Amino acid sequence: MAWVNAIIQGILIGGLYALFACGLSLMFGVMKVVNLAHGDLAVMAGYIGVGVIAVTHVPVLWSIPIVVILMAVIGYILQRSIIQGAISRGELTTLIVTFGLSIIIENALQQFFTANSRGIGVGESFITASFSIGSQIVIPWLYVVIFVLAVVVLLGLQQYLSRSRYGRLIRAVADDQEAAQLSGANYRHVFGIAAAIAFGTVAVAGMFEGMITTISPTLGTDTILLFAFASVVIGGLGSLWGTLLGGVILGVAQAVGAQINPSWEQLAGYAVFLLVLVIRPQGLVGQGATS
Amino acid sequence: MSTRSDPPGGRPPVPPEGRPDGKPGYRAGGNGAPLLEVRDLVVHHGQLRALSGISLTVFPGEVYALIGANGAGKSTLLRTIAGLHHPTSGSIAYDGKDVTGLRPDKRATAGIVMVPEGRRLFPSLTLEDNLKVGMSFARKGHWTIDRVYELFPWMKERRGQKTAQMSGGEQQSVAIGRALVANPRMLLLDELSLGLAPVIVQRIYAMLPQVLESGITILLVEQDVSQALRVATHLQCLLEGHVTLEGTPAEVTREQVEAAYFGATEGSDHGLG
Repeated sequence: MAWVNAIIQGILIGGLYALFACGLSLMFGVMKVVNLAHGDLAVMAGYIGVGVIAVTHVPVLWSIPIVVILMAVIGYILQRSIIQGAISRGELTTLIVTFGLSIIIENALQQFFTANSRGIGVGESFITASFSIGSQIVIPWLYVVIFVLAVVVLLGLQQYLSRSRYGRLIRAVADDQEAAQLSGANYRHVFGIAAAIAFGTVAVAGMFEGMITTISPTLGTDTILLFAFASVVIGGLGSLWGTLLGGVILGVAQAVGAQINPSWEQLAGYAVFLLVLVIRPQGLVGQGATS
Repeated sequence: MSTRSDPPGGRPPVPPEGRPDGKPGYRAGGNGAPLLEVRDLVVHHGQLRALSGISLTVFPGEVYALIGANGAGKSTLLRTIAGLHHPTSGSIAYDGKDVTGLRPDKRATAGIVMVPEGRRLFPSLTLEDNLKVGMSFARKGHWTIDRVYELFPWMKERRGQKTAQMSGGEQQSVAIGRALVANPRMLLLDELSLGLAPVIVQRIYAMLPQVLESGITILLVEQDVSQALRVATHLQCLLEGHVTLEGTPAEVTREQVEAAYFGATEGSDHGLG
């Protein structure tokens, strides 16, 4: 029964991993930018959340939309300024620039918030509350809520990309920038919107991370970025549902690994990641566009 | 952006500036003011001089054809008019206003819309989504997605399909539709016939009268000279970045066109610099 428990927990945490990963996948799919600062952005969002809650005293759930909007605005501005500048100078430049961004964010967080880890309090009762199936399987409510919200966010993103005017333009620009320009689209603005979405989704994920465990300035590059990469690669680039599948597989692998031996948690996750990379480098859900 | 070896070309263009009013056209342009005026355009691709001082004037209602062999600079000229290349010197005026420095998306919303060479559809989008993208920043006007479906009746049934699975001719029609729904005033058509069977080319060009009927002026690039001669009201022949012939299809003889196309006559002393 402990196994079933581990698998269920792994699935639930996979939703969070997918949320970490989808913005990374979107930015690569649309503007071909591998955002090495993606994990740090999640942590930054978490800290902004801590700040917002401390200053405004809004309930934790209400702080999420505030943080998302703040991060989306930051995303748009960064994309239109620094990242766009890097894109026009070549693909390698975007790697260097986002790597630099990662270092800056990490050190700024350490400067302002110290290296101590911090959690986002959702109230003792809610963290510990759980329900059980039978006598052995215990599922924390918080994990369920986060998984459901993660899926809702992914669903919303998919609907946005497939139905809205700007969602369509994002897909069009991802396909052919020049042709989109000929249809009157300012691709830089479309890039900005895609970045805003990517930053917004990773902000949600960063807040959740702070609720489930704690965040610290180095967490972004140490774990989140790697988990996000692993989820994207396992699931397959450019597919939102693939990303969810990738996140779930990574989560389950980690949970099962930890069940065998607590020190194997990370190892098991990366073993599966490598296995997929060897057997099916295009990811489990093939290639194709975000749809 | 690029390094240039040769000085910016200030050479006057080969052809005469204006042409007498009242040259035949589908509708010899109302007030006589040109819709598009290109002057002394010089464009470089890196070191290579692709256009050496091209001038052309397109009046409303015309079908202006640019012909010429491969590498003559026709597509470069069209892409520069659409804003995808920056000229080294020279100017482009549209509807009386200078647009030389305008971004391509701004030109599109102003009414200069191009059907690019090789279709350039969005392969991961459905047919209808391709049209909707074309309509995203459309001007007001005659063309809507439904009107495009009337023009190409086969599309309606297959609107949910990805365009990647369609034939070349079908893709070309979608590309035309995507440009039409933007309601351009100046439609640039780049090599519609490229890679298509003659029968299909005929079928695609059959849409031209309806497009003109809606008040759209056309500037087209065509390798297929006889096709261009059939539809054009005015034509210009380019050779190695220079204009070698200009006139109406009625004015020019087959021999003149051949000479201008292959550079057999005096046009050939212009080197590539």
